[in-house]
Amino acid sequence: MSIFTIIKNRLAKGIVDIDLAGEIKQANILGRELRSVIDRKFKGSFNIRQVDTGSCGACLSEIIAAANPIYDLQRFGVNIVASPKHADALLVTGPVSRNMALALKKTYAATPGDKFVISIGDCALDGGIFKDSYYTLGGVDKVLKVDLHIPGCPPTPLVIIRYLLAFLRS
Amino acid sequence: MDIRQTLKDQYRIEPLMINTKNKEESYLTVKHADFIPTCLALHKLCHSPVMLMFAEDKRETRSCYRLNTAFYASGKQHWYYVCLDFPAGDQDFPSLAKEIYSASLFEREIWEMFGIRPEGSPDLRKLRLHEEVWPENSFPLRKDFKAGEIAGSTGKDYSFIKGEGEGLFEVPVGPVHAGIIGPGHFRFSAAGEPIINLEIRLGFTHRGVEKMLEGKDLTSGVKISECVAGDSAFAHSWAFCQAAEKLLDISPSPKAILIRALFLELERLYNHVNDIGGIAMDVGFTFASAFASIMKENIQQLNASLSGSRFLKGINLIGGVSKNIAASQKDMLHAKLNSFSSDLDELEKILFENASFMNRVENTGILWKKTAEDIGIIGLAGRASGIAFDLRQFIEPYQGAGFTPITRDSGDVLARLNVRILESKQSLHLIAAFLEKIKTGDLSVTPFVPKEGFAAGAVEGWRGPVIYWLKLNSNGKIERCKIVDASFHNWEGLAYAVKGEIIPDFPLCNKSFDLSYPGNDL
Repeated sequence: MSIFTIIKNRLAKGIVDIDLAGEIKQANILGRELRSVIDRKFKGSFNIRQVDTGSCGACLSEIIAAANPIYDLQRFGVNIVASPKHADALLVTGPVSRNMALALKKTYAATPGDKFVISIGDCALDGGIFKDSYYTLGGVDKVLKVDLHIPGCPPTPLVIIRYLLAFLRS
Repeated sequence: MDIRQTLKDQYRIEPLMINTKNKEESYLTVKHADFIPTCLALHKLCHSPVMLMFAEDKRETRSCYRLNTAFYASGKQHWYYVCLDFPAGDQDFPSLAKEIYSASLFEREIWEMFGIRPEGSPDLRKLRLHEEVWPENSFPLRKDFKAGEIAGSTGKDYSFIKGEGEGLFEVPVGPVHAGIIGPGHFRFSAAGEPIINLEIRLGFTHRGVEKMLEGKDLTSGVKISECVAGDSAFAHSWAFCQAAEKLLDISPSPKAILIRALFLELERLYNHVNDIGGIAMDVGFTFASAFASIMKENIQQLNASLSGSRFLKGINLIGGVSKNIAASQKDMLHAKLNSFSSDLDELEKILFENASFMNRVENTGILWKKTAEDIGIIGLAGRASGIAFDLRQFIEPYQGAGFTPITRDSGDVLARLNVRILESKQSLHLIAAFLEKIKTGDLSVTPFVPKEGFAAGAVEGWRGPVIYWLKLNSNGKIERCKIVDASFHNWEGLAYAVKGEIIPDFPLCNKSFDLSYPGNDL
């Protein structure tokens, strides 16, 4: 079976099953609004650079999921970019391990102009479950001023989209 | 084998004491001079790398440190621990790393966490407490450690292994990477395109998990174990619970074990398909990668509908599980997994019928069996290099379902990809077999009573064995908990696999191992 046959079959069948259809609908409703806000306020694109400071990886996985074809964050104008130099905002996960404090500061310094810091996940708020450790600083705001926090352990992709929308609208 | 007899007859070693804790664990206390010979004997007899090695601070009660080194005899499913007590004043133990390479990282860890020195060790650089931010002479896993105020910068630096010569240059990468991934630093020494040497510096996500566990009760321990490595939350919490259950002599019901095994396979499925997609992504094959990410999302949604968590958190309890698989859910599960199964077949075709994809993965990033055995590679990466070791082959309900480990011999990216695809298919069969067997029964044993003691739990997570060694004090609180994720053994394998490859193939090789940063850094 050639790849074209597979694509053709897929198009005929549709890529989602029933449960996911509900999620996609929700993402669409949120996303249309997000798109119009980003078009209006950010000339069409809002670029995010992600920095992990010691999360367990679940938040990272959900950020990746928000960009998968089901939620497809990119179609609303939100891009996850490879360099802080291209970013409007930093999206920071983890309780800030001592080893990452300097790297986080340097990444922030490398991000140009008017920039936002968004922390994501319960660890990033105040250290979460790792609050009392000798090696965590206890939240992103110990290092940088945080403009938005997205709670959850981890927040689901829809929660991430919802918070981004509410934040950008304000 | 009777271990006492074998050691005496073949090696002329007589341990001071052999304590067979339960049918799976024996602790051999040895004299200082017998430590290395006993380890070498067990290394050979068990065909096992150093599976875990850790210290305990027993200065308060016994004025000594205890060093435990574990080997696993897979034929008889038995763990042998070589235990060495040495007086607190000495602070030196003979280094095993010169004889058995797989002890090397463990010894560096013991040195930085306890300040007890592996005498004669070739490498004493820090793993997790980075020189730049952590003062010397502060050892977190000592019982008298006080966190206090720690200076922000020490002015010290880490010394990388330097490749030198005409035309040789270094490429530093990380800790902040271009993708959405954990932090780590990769230092390439390259000559033109080919990589001469790769040194991996980790520890950036160190959170002090082992110290945090000390003094906690078992229930909080389960919660923490779920946050050690988010993508292996279930394997970690199962290993923790298994250790606690052995310690407390409680056996979860067969039904609880079946449910655990089912969720462990769901965890394997969503991660394996994620990596299959990741390998496609790293050669720029976005169609296949997008397809795989939809499949991953499907399983995670299934996870959420069964357990309330996309990452299977909150299921494991000491003594059983909190979530049932009801008869009414079985049809839904079958339907979902059937559709996943046909998607997987399609994904396989998409990948394997594409010549340029095959060209990138075949013969790339080879880790030969000999190298893998020498450095102690375990789990999936080991199986892809021909090491037929999988903890599942020894336990129920896997044995009853006819489980055999899947291996490949070529040790390249393709081998690791193939093992993932075949294991995913195997997981689908296993889940179907487990579903057949899930009948009525208790989900968990009635409330447990904590007591003093120690025991280990080991579960084959999707990367490989996840091992928890747990000790409770007389108040039923955690005295010491040692955690080893397969990543800790396997990062070194990646460093070997990329030698001679070109730097642009590094992401591909890296993804084919897909090791955990937080699971390694703890």
